[in-house]
Order: sequence, then C-alpha cells, then structure tokens
Amino acid sequence: MKILVAVKRVIDYNVQIRVKEDGTGVVTDNVKMSTNPPDDNAIEEAVKIKEAGKATEVVAVTVGEEKAQETVRKALAVGADRGIHVKVDGILEPLAVSKILQKIVDKEKPDLVFMGKQAIDDDCNQTGQMLSALLNWPQATFASKIDVKDNKLEVTREIDEGLETIEINVPAIVTCDLRLNEPRYASLPNIMKAKKKPIEEIAASDLGVDVSPRLEQLKVEEPPKRKAGIKVANVAELVQKLKNEAKVI
Amino acid sequence: MAVLLIAEHNNKELRSFTLNAATAASQIDSDVHAVIIGQNSADAAKQLSELPVVKKVLSVEGAHYENFTAENFAPVIVKLAENYSHIVCSANTFGKNLMPRIAAHLDTSQVSDIIKVISPDTFLRPIYAGNAFATIKSNDAKKCVTIRPTSFDPCESTGGSAPIEKVDASEEFSNTKFIKREEIKSDRPELGTARIVVSGGRGMQSGDNFKLITEIADKLGAAIGASRAAVDAGYISNDHQVGQTGKVVVPDLYIAVGISGAIQHLAGMKESKVIVAINKDGEAPIFSVADYGLEADLFEALPQFMEELNKLNTIQK
Repeated sequence: MKILVAVKRVIDYNVQIRVKEDGTGVVTDNVKMSTNPPDDNAIEEAVKIKEAGKATEVVAVTVGEEKAQETVRKALAVGADRGIHVKVDGILEPLAVSKILQKIVDKEKPDLVFMGKQAIDDDCNQTGQMLSALLNWPQATFASKIDVKDNKLEVTREIDEGLETIEINVPAIVTCDLRLNEPRYASLPNIMKAKKKPIEEIAASDLGVDVSPRLEQLKVEEPPKRKAGIKVANVAELVQKLKNEAKVI
Repeated sequence: MAVLLIAEHNNKELRSFTLNAATAASQIDSDVHAVIIGQNSADAAKQLSELPVVKKVLSVEGAHYENFTAENFAPVIVKLAENYSHIVCSANTFGKNLMPRIAAHLDTSQVSDIIKVISPDTFLRPIYAGNAFATIKSNDAKKCVTIRPTSFDPCESTGGSAPIEKVDASEEFSNTKFIKREEIKSDRPELGTARIVVSGGRGMQSGDNFKLITEIADKLGAAIGASRAAVDAGYISNDHQVGQTGKVVVPDLYIAVGISGAIQHLAGMKESKVIVAINKDGEAPIFSVADYGLEADLFEALPQFMEELNKLNTIQK
C-alpha cells in the first residue's frame, strides 16, 4: 500500500496574527511558519502504518511557493520516503489545490491520500472532500482513529453528536483530526538524513490545471474588539455581578 | 434563480441549526427551496415545509441515505443544483463533510463558514481562528456556501405550508459503509444553542473533577464545554470541545474554568455576550477576553460558586 500525504505551510499556530493596515491580508513577513498542525498528524499516521508493515511507501506532497518545501522536508525528517513539491505562487483556493492533487494522484497512484482536516490559516475545511469528489473515492473526514484491514479502512470520525465509525474501501481519502495521534519530533540524525531524500519539483503550469482564483478577497479586517473587563475579588462578588450587573443568571 | 438549502435532520426531526441556515439562505434570496435527504424522514420533511421562509421542499428517500453519507448525498444535490444559484447548509460537521464534495462536482470554489451575507455574491467570514474577518466575493456562476449557525438567528418554525415534492434517489455509493454512531445523550441543553455554557480546561486535572462543573451546569441549566486540552487528556468526550476545530458557541454567559485561553479556544467562544474566567494564573490570556475575571484556585472557587448560587432566590433558566 502506498500513502500520499498532503501538507501545507501556514503561519505557526502560536503566532498572534496581525491584519495588514491596507486591508489586503495578514502580515506574513518575518512571521514564524510551520506545517499545518493536523497535517503533522496525517504524516504521523502514514508513517505509523508503514512501520506496522501495512504500507510500503509514504510520499509527502505540498503545493505552494518556494518555501513551502520546508513542510515536505519536515515530513521526510519524521519518516516520509520522498517528497513532491508542486510550485505555484499566489493565492490558491482549495478547489485549485484539489485539482493539482488529483493530477499527482493520477501520476503516483497511491492507495490512500491523507491530509489534515482543515488548514488553520483560511479555515476552509474543503480540500480533502473536494479531492475525493474529483476522484470519486470514499472520504473519511475528521478521523480520530484508523484501522487498516486489507483493502479497507475502519475509521472513527469526530462529529458534532459524538463519534461515527465507517468502513471505506481503498483507494480512499482520509482527513485527520488532531486527536488521531501524537506527532513525533524529528531527531537531529533524521533531519540530516532527510536532506538526502529526494524531492521532485513540478511546476503547476505543467500539470494543465487552471488555478486562477474564483473568489475575490475584497477586504481583510480586524474583528471587533471586546471591551476590557474587570477582575473581581471573590466568588461572592462574581455571582453578584452576574446577577445584578450582567443580569445573566 | 432560487437558493437551495440542505436540511440537516436525524430522519425524525430537523436539527435545530437548519433554522439558522434557512435564515442565511433567505438573506441571499427570498426564494428558498429546501432539500431533505433521508430514510423515513417524512415527519422532518413536514417540519421543513412549515418554515415560513421555505417556499418548496424537495424530499429524497432511500435506505442508503439513512446515515447521511456525503458520498450518497452529493450526487442528488449536484443534479438538483442545475436549477439553483446557491447551495447553502450549516458549517457543522454535517455540512463541512458534504458541501465541498458538491462544490468540487460543480467546479465551484466554496465559501466556508460565513458569518454575514453582504450581498448575494459577497460574504463575511472569519479566517485565522477568527483573528481576522475576510470579505469574500464569489465569481462562480453557482455558489456553494456554508454558514456559521450561531451567527444567524433561527427562522420561524411554524406557519408555513410549502409543497413537498418527491425527487428520485440516486444510486448508492458502495465504497463507503456506515458502521455505527455513538451519540452522547444528555438531558442538558445542546452546546451549540445553550444560553449558558460552563467549560473546563486542563486545569480540571481529571475527568472526575468535571463533576464540579456538572453541578454548576445543572444548577444554571447550562451546557458543558471543554478546551481541546481537556478532551485530549480524556477528561471529557470530543462533542464538548469548543474552539477553532471544535464547536463555536455564542451563549449569553460563558464560564471558562481552568482554561488558559489559547487562540484556538478563543476562536470558539469569544463572541459570547458575557465571559467569565476562573483561573489561578492571573496572566492567562483568557482574562483578556473576560468581562469578569476571578484569579483563584478553581477547586476552592467552584464549590463557593455553587454555594453562592444556592443562596440566590431565583435563577434565570
């Protein structure tokens, strides 16, 4: 079994983002960037499946500008075998990314495609589902547990009402929740080794996919600020304020 | 052209967020049709027909729709989409799972999780865990839009009498099989719609200690929330998680107990009307969004809170 894992470079989850003054986006210059957190879970799961002898190869793919390659390099350092970097500049919508990934799937013929359930920058939560639609493959979204059984996966999905378990036939797409596993850290020797692993570079324009945006981002602004609150001295004061000032209890 | 709303239901009745999505749909265009796909879902279809904003109900029945599998739902909606300018549903796990599958089939760039309809092609949506708001204009001929239910009021639920039209089922998608659903039943209000939410974080230290929260929630008629840290630690089940990758709540009162207030948690609760933070770390970021902050050990503060509530003559429910 071969597993393709898609990873995205995003502003690090610990960074308090700042909106640009001209309203065109958020500040990304000199801001710490990292792999989208649930994409780390996707890589981890693929590597674990390979370590359990149930997969033969793990290929990490990213779509984006020059520096996006860092995310593939990181995936290689935690156990992916090789990488693919589809180079493209500018704003990429999930629909365009899924079309590019479809081309990569056609070329690589993986049995499974894993990725995070949502990117923490645009919060779209679309790419995995779109890719599975384009391929007409089954989709297991928001996965918190995956059991590989021959040519099937049993996947536990986190849904609003609790948990759902489905069985999907391979080939299939799985989008991963943060609770799927605990991503490992790359050791220094493995980071060094990863530098020797191959990353194939492909220009998006060579894939024959129209990636031009369909959406116009007219404005990006700060959300309304909450007015500063107060500290209360003790529980009695808190309850009194909630009862008589805020009138919510 | 009219707007097509995808109803969320459990085959017996509508799920409440369908009413919020209906409001958003009616703000895009007054001509709202609603599709309900399920198995033995006639009662829910009838409920849908009674929403005054809904002008026509399309009902699709089939055994393979019983468990709301996106792979089975998408082809039906894609076929119906021909007659509509917009496809709309809630941005909860049902809609998040389903809508992109429809959008890709229609070759449409989806607009996710909108909090405001500015015009039929322009929407406001949060990005970066709600730390920025983006105004997005869609240039696609057909628009696929998911709405953040808590940002729209529920529509009226009675008084309408839309015609219910049967639509043919599509073929079953055989590569996905539903096995089971484990729903956590509770007599408490639903987290997404509760007037008061009491949430616990890592500071609770154990699942057992959540009973301190449960007691207060019961007293206040509140739902119980949690930070991701508390869910990850196994103190409480995933359906309680509030935040960027969990649920978004906007109650009248949100009480955060032992929650430090990571950006990702704030994303799910900072629109609440009144926020209370109880935390022993006076520097915790949760205090920056709290209307009332109490710097205290929660294991002392929560029993005192319960005592103070017991002293009150009346409590709003």
